[in-house]
Amino acid sequence: MATETMHLDVTHPVAIKRPARESQFGLMWRRFKRHKLAVVSLWIAALFYAVALFAEFLAPVDPSAYSARYTYAPPQGLHFVAVNEDGGWEFGPYVYGYKTEIDPVALRRTFVIDEEVRLPVRFFAESKPYNLFGFIPLTTKFIGVENPRDPFYILGADRLGRDMLSRLIHGTRISLSIGLAGVTLSLFFGIVIGGFAGYYGGWFDSATMRVVEFIRSMPTIPLWLGLAAAMPKDWSALQTYFAITLILSLIGWTELARVVRGRFLSLRTEDFVTAAQLDGASDWRIITRHMVPSFMSHIIAAATLAIPGMILAETALSFLGLGLQAPIVSWGTLLQDAQNIRTLASAPWLLAPGVCVVVIILAMNFFGDGLRDAADPHGR
Amino acid sequence: MSTLLTVDHLSKHFLLSGGLFGKERRLDALTDINLTVEAGETLAIVGESGCGKTTLGRCIIQAQSSSEGRVVYHPKSGGDVELTALSKREIKPWRQDIRMIFQDPMSSLNPYMRVFDIVAEPLRIHRICKGRELEERVISTLEKVGIPAEAVGRYPHAFSGGQRQRIGIARALVLDPKLVIADEAVSALDVSIQAQVLNLLEDLKTEFGLTYIFISHDLGVVNYIADRVVVMYLGHVVENAPTEMLFERPRHPYTELLLDTLPIADPLRRKVRKTEVRGEIPYLGNRPTGCPFNTRCKYAEDRCRTEKPVLRPIAGMAQEAACHFAEQLNLKGAYDDAPVKEIA
Amino acid sequence: MPLIPMDAKPILTIKDMSIVFSSPDEADIEAVRQVDLTLSPGKTLALVGESGCGKSVTARSVLRLLDRNARIQRGSMLFAPGDEPPTDIAKLKADSLPLRAIRGREISMIFQEPMTSLSPVHTIGDQIDEMLILHERLKPKQARERTVALFDQVGIPGARERADSYPFQLSGGLRQRAMIAMALACAPKVLIADEPTTALDVTTQAQILDLLRQLQADFGMAMLFITHDLGVVAEIADEVAVMYLGDVVEQGSVFDVFAAPSHPYTQALMSSIPKMARKADRVRLSPIKGTVPAPRDRPEGCAFTSRCPHAFEPCATVRPERTALGNGHHARCHLLTRQPAEVVA
Repeated sequence: MATETMHLDVTHPVAIKRPARESQFGLMWRRFKRHKLAVVSLWIAALFYAVALFAEFLAPVDPSAYSARYTYAPPQGLHFVAVNEDGGWEFGPYVYGYKTEIDPVALRRTFVIDEEVRLPVRFFAESKPYNLFGFIPLTTKFIGVENPRDPFYILGADRLGRDMLSRLIHGTRISLSIGLAGVTLSLFFGIVIGGFAGYYGGWFDSATMRVVEFIRSMPTIPLWLGLAAAMPKDWSALQTYFAITLILSLIGWTELARVVRGRFLSLRTEDFVTAAQLDGASDWRIITRHMVPSFMSHIIAAATLAIPGMILAETALSFLGLGLQAPIVSWGTLLQDAQNIRTLASAPWLLAPGVCVVVIILAMNFFGDGLRDAADPHGR
Repeated sequence: MSTLLTVDHLSKHFLLSGGLFGKERRLDALTDINLTVEAGETLAIVGESGCGKTTLGRCIIQAQSSSEGRVVYHPKSGGDVELTALSKREIKPWRQDIRMIFQDPMSSLNPYMRVFDIVAEPLRIHRICKGRELEERVISTLEKVGIPAEAVGRYPHAFSGGQRQRIGIARALVLDPKLVIADEAVSALDVSIQAQVLNLLEDLKTEFGLTYIFISHDLGVVNYIADRVVVMYLGHVVENAPTEMLFERPRHPYTELLLDTLPIADPLRRKVRKTEVRGEIPYLGNRPTGCPFNTRCKYAEDRCRTEKPVLRPIAGMAQEAACHFAEQLNLKGAYDDAPVKEIA
Repeated sequence: MPLIPMDAKPILTIKDMSIVFSSPDEADIEAVRQVDLTLSPGKTLALVGESGCGKSVTARSVLRLLDRNARIQRGSMLFAPGDEPPTDIAKLKADSLPLRAIRGREISMIFQEPMTSLSPVHTIGDQIDEMLILHERLKPKQARERTVALFDQVGIPGARERADSYPFQLSGGLRQRAMIAMALACAPKVLIADEPTTALDVTTQAQILDLLRQLQADFGMAMLFITHDLGVVAEIADEVAVMYLGDVVEQGSVFDVFAAPSHPYTQALMSSIPKMARKADRVRLSPIKGTVPAPRDRPEGCAFTSRCPHAFEPCATVRPERTALGNGHHARCHLLTRQPAEVVA
């Protein structure tokens, strides 16, 4: 009998009585919080996804509503404080109106901001009835002009006089969700295939890894182009959307499969896995109970880092006209309008989706880096 | 005393792939191992790194498959169970009887499982008990190894190396095993902790009537804990003898070398080695012909380079050695290093 | 071959050194509290203790190889190689020129894992040549001759050919020999060996210990030998210093300390190792109770208080003085000053 009992060291004052149930995610979160840039990035990414989620509510107008009267109308901006002629201050959101000028050189009609006209804006403005998420009927928008017939282009208008902001918000939904769906799909393939390869090894492992190497050695853009071009033209928007997701994850799974396989391989030789085998545990139990939990955090980090690649890929494909097609609004299709240098020179606000792409890609990368560092057991 | 386990002509070789176009090479990790483990004894397997002692332990418990030969377990209920012939499903019930303690207290406990779950896992897998009964059994086992009940909800990283090793011992003992294989179970621990764990292992042995296979490279510890010692070199058993006999008068030159190079914690018994330790352990894939030890043996003769000695009993005693000259050589043991001068 | 006078004056004297680790989130930790050590030419001082006792930190501080978050807070390290006034290594900047002149040339170090100090992309011969060219300003040809001679000296068979091998082509023992050759290339006055045999098998360990003893006789350097193994201490040391949680609790000649350990920790450590004895003479081990506390929970007084079987009232709060026990044998324990008549032995 061991007479002496352990010395409870006071260095870990975490609740002794009831399980110090600081799970691995709790630990991970604590380490993650030290990474300031990653935390900021997390908030930015969360904001973007919130915008994507509530796109119908946030977008001031229908993204496909066009108005021939306001083609290429410049951004009105949003103002809150106005100085009256008599020097008094006036509060409340408003936008400026437009007036037309004839460009003396190009002899073209252009819009300029008319600072004389102030169009009052209100939050939670009434609108035409629409459905949030497709099934919640609403008649209120987050923001709108008081008089629905007034022009309202905070970020300007495009070639057909459609509101850039509304299109951007709806594009965010498509672009971000395609990244998420693609990664989910890749994750599924990656975990199943990589897991099998890593746990059982042998010929299946070799074969899988050769396939992965083969896929990864193919130049991605031409491959995507080829696959996208093979899509039937008469597919509906939804079908194209899913087809593109599938195409993107076709490449994406390889990276995740490699990560999963690597983790499995290194875990397989860990003593605690041998111990589980000697306990008599089945393969399924060993994988799900002993192995997966110990690299789930790594997988989440790897998946997060894979999202920006997906978003970029979708944008690139759509930009080239081979991804999503016109009625669908995504960042890529929006950027298609900015292909022409002349329109770009006269309407630089068409580049707004590009700015969004840069911001979300950076944010996701920093966020993923932070997660990866936090998941690293050496940082413990 | 009855025999608990028999290792019969056990061999294990690995095939090393020579890359894409290279030739496959064969590496003999264990060559024709024969030994028996008696119920209630502590059998030590000693040797330097790469001698195959860990592989032998893993082959016995079937964590690794062996290439040839048999491992036979003789349960109390009678009958012989040929572990090497069983499928994964068939061997499962016997896994309760033969358990293992690992060397590295860091990697042998799942960092994402709480101590309670780590120790409860074997009980759950074998569906031995659940609910309150399970809880009581786990906690009482943990208390027996010196881990207080309040600490069962913690994760392994909250424990020191010695405490983790205790948890590993609890995991091995919770199934009430008959045979425990301890693979370098105290090597990674500091001396003072090592002494605690050695005492604990001894106490548990008496309390539970255990049999140990104690794999170690530390002859000092082996002399302390073992009843019988098996010395391995390059995948061969070179000597197998009761502890005291082996340390008194080794019959294999390699055992003598091990004893001679063992540092003794007493400056008065500081070794004055007359003959320098020769050479290094050859690479496993490049084993000399004849006696595996002949390249480093100071007594080697021509016969040793051509003819491989077999493990045989020496002079009708319980001591076995694989040396052509086991009877003739008068090898130096470890006990007769009398202090040079008396302590003032 | 340098001859060592019997009463050689100390070459390195560490006085009352303390090393503090700071981290942004937590309070500073004094990893090494009060270390006094003296190294003499031709002598080996073994620094022994369990993991986390500060022995490696102490050794590294001599070459100022500490991490960025560590600093020497107090004390001095006087290095006196010749007749010139001694240099206080503790006062030098960690990357200064005078320190770099000492490091590797006057004082060199070998580690537990040779792979960490040998470059994997250069042959071992080239690595030592380069040191000789840099420090001793030899020509490449001469340097190679010296290197081969060194390899012969450290017992690397086929020295000339082996000089062209990469570290990964060598066995653990040969690698350790190569590292020793590198450490001795500039004939240092002090050699610091940080657990040089811990990763090796016993037979290889014996070879390396024999080699170090031989080389010390040849070169006459002072050696600071870090280990956790009392057996190795007994084999190689002339003097021994026992560390526990940052304090040197006992030091003296290896014979005195092993014959009459005077600090309860040393005593406990000794009775924790199994004796090489027959079954009849076997005594049950008496381990130290509990575990080493974390440095921040260390008692203000004697660090061993929480585990000491003899602890009494001043132990927890008052730091014990360094008490002389004669013949250079010192220990820090209140028992020694309380009742000189009844010293625990």
